[in-house]
Amino acid sequence: MKENQDKIETPVRKKHKLQAKEVKVFYDDFMAIKGIDMNIRANKITAFIGPSGCGKSTFLRLFNRMNDYVDGFRMEGNILIDGENIYKKNINVEQLRKQVGMVFQKPNPFPKSIYENVAYGLKIQGIKDKSYLKDKVEDSLKQVGLWNEVKEDINKSALALSGGQQQRLCIARTLAVEPSIILMDEPTSALDPISTAKIEELIYELKQKYTIVIVTHNMQQAGRISDYTAFFYMGELIEYDKSKKLFTNPEKQQTENYITGRFG
Amino acid sequence: MNRIKKNRFKDQAFKLWGIFCTLLGIVLLSIFIGSILVDGIQRIDWDFITSLPSRKAERAGIYTALMGSVWILVLTTIIALPVGIAAAIYLEEYAKKNKLSSLLEINISNLAGVPSIIYGLLGLEIFVRVMQMGASVLAGSFTLALLILPIVIVSTREALKAVPKSIRDASFALGASKWQTVSRQLLPASSGGILTGIILALSRAVGETAPLIVIGALAYVPFAPESPMDEFSVLPIQIFNWISRPQHGFEINAAAAIIILLFITFVMNAIAVYFRNRWQSKFK
Repeated sequence: MKENQDKIETPVRKKHKLQAKEVKVFYDDFMAIKGIDMNIRANKITAFIGPSGCGKSTFLRLFNRMNDYVDGFRMEGNILIDGENIYKKNINVEQLRKQVGMVFQKPNPFPKSIYENVAYGLKIQGIKDKSYLKDKVEDSLKQVGLWNEVKEDINKSALALSGGQQQRLCIARTLAVEPSIILMDEPTSALDPISTAKIEELIYELKQKYTIVIVTHNMQQAGRISDYTAFFYMGELIEYDKSKKLFTNPEKQQTENYITGRFG
Repeated sequence: MNRIKKNRFKDQAFKLWGIFCTLLGIVLLSIFIGSILVDGIQRIDWDFITSLPSRKAERAGIYTALMGSVWILVLTTIIALPVGIAAAIYLEEYAKKNKLSSLLEINISNLAGVPSIIYGLLGLEIFVRVMQMGASVLAGSFTLALLILPIVIVSTREALKAVPKSIRDASFALGASKWQTVSRQLLPASSGGILTGIILALSRAVGETAPLIVIGALAYVPFAPESPMDEFSVLPIQIFNWISRPQHGFEINAAAAIIILLFITFVMNAIAVYFRNRWQSKFK
């Protein structure tokens, strides 16, 4: 076990954006995360892989406290963002979530217009300045490459868009509130290959400005876009390394079995 | 081969039985409506709607009862709506899911099944006597509001439940508070369902007789209510009163009043169906 610890810490000598310290998660009596230490670097794409139920999504959702509403959820240990413990008592969770955006598995636009979808995150902050909102909406849609496709239909329902467009809209909606971290929970698993390629390209561009953590079931995807990859199994972090290294020459037998498709 | 035939026979037999059962309700309802229409339709004219009650059947109208029903409807809505919706939002979105909340839940569903006359007794004690409202429109409205609260709460919760969890996730993940999520996303998204429940609850309230008789609503009121503290009658009580009289003329009046009451509830149900359909198409 000692040598694992050393290995896990290798990729993290520079500045860490996100840190997990001895994190354990329980759902009532069930232990979903069994003590994970992990450091995630700024302006990199870190992929979480592992079989269903391995705890990777639960772990991801710790960083913006989305597990808080799950019945029976309990956490031990600390999660730090820029060195600050986000589970301490007087933390403003709403403020935290403006800093840590999230994109979900299934595109989940609000049943409102495209404009309202993107402006929502700003409006709830009390921003009413119409021209500012308009600029911000346009800017966010441009960032995800959706502006030219929808600029005529900005006031039409977001539900009329295709799945891939909806997912890019959801990313635009997240970018509009200017987070520094974006969590993505299998963002392409409900999309066709062409939409997936577009989203991957987008994620790759976004890492200039954002720290991105992405959960994926798609090993090729993790290999293509991520700088670091973490392999989770049964609530534990088995291996965490540069993606190139992890996919070509994994340290652990379990990792190798998983990435070669022998289980999971 | 034999077994297949047997199954086919059972299939056909059940189908026929099902058709019979479905038609049974519709046929009985049609017979009822038909006979009411035959009895009462010729009695309905503008005078019938705008006339005050009278001892002479041919001069009597439903104006006071109709106005009483309208007053009751409006006040009941004003009382039951905010309370019911707020309670539903609390139970569905805020309350922790534990033993206490499931106990509350079961009890609210049970309350929906309590006989309405019990609500009348409760209203008589609390509103008429303790709070000294007398047999007023206000006391009647409070009583009926209590009666329909469980229905409003249950249907509002169902409507909120029908909003996909992903909408809540998306809103929270953008930094919205719970109240912002409720007021800006969940209520607009579920408004059709909530409205449907409320209209159905109100169409029940407009037909209630027993609790209002218990709190002292009168069969004969010379004038339509002009303030919430006035005495009142409502359509079902007027109908009940007319039917229990020996003269044939009042029977015709009762039939005519039933047509109007049915018309009101049908219209309300139609509005409810319209909103439900519009709302259901929203998430597709």
